[in-house]
Amino acid sequence: MEISPIIIIEKLVKKFPVGRGEFTALNGIELFFDRGEFAGLVGPSGSGKTTLLNIIGSLDVPTSGEAVVLGRSIGTLTAREAAKLRKENLGFIFQSYNLLAVHTVFENVEFPLLLLDFSSAERKKMVMDSLEWVGLTDKVKSKPPQLSGGECQRVAIARAMVKKPSLVLADEPTANLDAANSHNILKTMETLNRELKTTFLFATHDDKVISYLKRKIFLLDGKVDREEIKPN
Amino acid sequence: MKLAIRLAYRNLIGAGLRTWLNVIVLSFSFVIIIFMKGVMIGWDHQAKTDMTNYEIGGGQYWHKAYDPFDPFTLTDSHAPIPAELKDEIARGDIEPFLIAPGTIYPQGRLQSIVIKGINPRQTLFLLPSHKLDTITEAIPAITGSLMAKSIKASVGDQMTLRWRDTNGTFDASDIVITAIFSTNVPTVESGQIYIPLERLQTMLMMPGEASILTFRDSEKIRPAIGNWTLKTKDELTASVDNMIKTKSAGQTILYAILLLLAMLAIFDTQVLSIFRRQKEIGTYIALGYTRQQVVGLFTVEGTMHAILAALLSAAYGLPFLAWMAKNGWTMPIDTSEFGMAIAQTLYPIYSAGLIISTVLILTTVTAMVSYWPSRRIAKMNPTDALRGKLQ
Repeated sequence: MEISPIIIIEKLVKKFPVGRGEFTALNGIELFFDRGEFAGLVGPSGSGKTTLLNIIGSLDVPTSGEAVVLGRSIGTLTAREAAKLRKENLGFIFQSYNLLAVHTVFENVEFPLLLLDFSSAERKKMVMDSLEWVGLTDKVKSKPPQLSGGECQRVAIARAMVKKPSLVLADEPTANLDAANSHNILKTMETLNRELKTTFLFATHDDKVISYLKRKIFLLDGKVDREEIKPN
Repeated sequence: MKLAIRLAYRNLIGAGLRTWLNVIVLSFSFVIIIFMKGVMIGWDHQAKTDMTNYEIGGGQYWHKAYDPFDPFTLTDSHAPIPAELKDEIARGDIEPFLIAPGTIYPQGRLQSIVIKGINPRQTLFLLPSHKLDTITEAIPAITGSLMAKSIKASVGDQMTLRWRDTNGTFDASDIVITAIFSTNVPTVESGQIYIPLERLQTMLMMPGEASILTFRDSEKIRPAIGNWTLKTKDELTASVDNMIKTKSAGQTILYAILLLLAMLAIFDTQVLSIFRRQKEIGTYIALGYTRQQVVGLFTVEGTMHAILAALLSAAYGLPFLAWMAKNGWTMPIDTSEFGMAIAQTLYPIYSAGLIISTVLILTTVTAMVSYWPSRRIAKMNPTDALRGKLQ
């Protein structure tokens, strides 16, 4: 049974200790995301977008309030349950790609499948399919240091998409790329969102990314400032 | 676990030279520890075999007054050979020794010695006692190379031997060296001259008497006999065991240093990895690993150094160890004056147990050294780790 909406955030507060005091990174966030959205958290540095993305990705927990992702309340998950949620349902794309440098492109993309116990034949097919989506089937044996920035990010997308997750979280995915590569990457993600119905949630302040988003949530000082929805 | 092994293998091979440097250092430890342990076992085996072949046979009866460490007991430590052992002596399964103090005068010098009477036709010892079965004007005598060296004697040399008989009367005669033998057992060589048993019994006026009775069969259960104290083979070789134990304890320090060097390299690599590979650790967690699984991965990665080292050791170490077992390890200095049963060339002996236990111990220690710094990962904040932020 499908769970809709895919993300529910209610009265979310996140505070970090700073010296003897604390810094409030998120202050009473209320948000809902439906399945298949191509949305983004937009705002300047320090607005709380990455913190919110980390909480949605179960890499961090809220100080108070609730973040429910795919029906699971992030704040109440054990480390093992959070790892299971990430392993089975979430894909991550990072600003600096975070590829495993000593592994080949194939091995990098294969990694999430190894955690999910797919057979060797299944893994091979899924990895090749994923690399085909991002146009890198000719680089399977290359290692990340041998690739350009754009190619590395495409490998990261392939790795995030290979298990066909319900939700992909992308934190400043184009920050290290030139304009041409950024558009290329964004078009790829847009196509995957359209064809596979995967929900994409970005954290960005890059205008190129913002121009592709169908829904933009502007954050400012840890609060939702405003929202814009692109007309179809 | 299977996945951790697979990933650890990929990571190690991918790390290239850093991995191989650690593996090479560790493999040296494997080979040297197995080799040195093998030398100790070989030495122990060789010393016991030589003692058996040249001195103690399958065990001995000592006259109750006999004390090898007190030369003043030699005059009194003799008695008629027990009648119940005569049959075995006739078959050559027991060989009597008569021992007496004496003095020789090589090249005009005076030297106190121990005279040992031995049956020239004995087959229990590897001593060349048949060289005593000869007719010469002087008393035929054989001696060890250590003794020959100290008195500057060669085969054919003659010198005066003086002794006291059972009544305390001094007498003297010439002896002729008919053979010089070489053993690895200093206690049969130093300060001793061997002459025919019956000749010594006559010289001392102790017909049919002996000081020590050595038997061939160590398995046979033997009773205590009158004035004779039974000394089993195990009791007689206990000194070798103690000596090897002392030497092994000294060697343990060498192993510890070797291990420490190897473990330091592994520990260093692990600590460096945890600082330098923070993004990677964060990525593993983001992709669905728990922190404990990452700790496991890093521990397996460290432990795998030991496994690769064992494989590398097998590649070059096995031929080396086999070659050493065949050709032996020749001591760089003369061992004849060490005062203990040690051959000039030692032949190491390696058992499967030695190899397996060394590999297991080193692998376990490596796993522990790898796990120790890896525990830090469990305290890492994954969001900081993902950004490669030092924590």
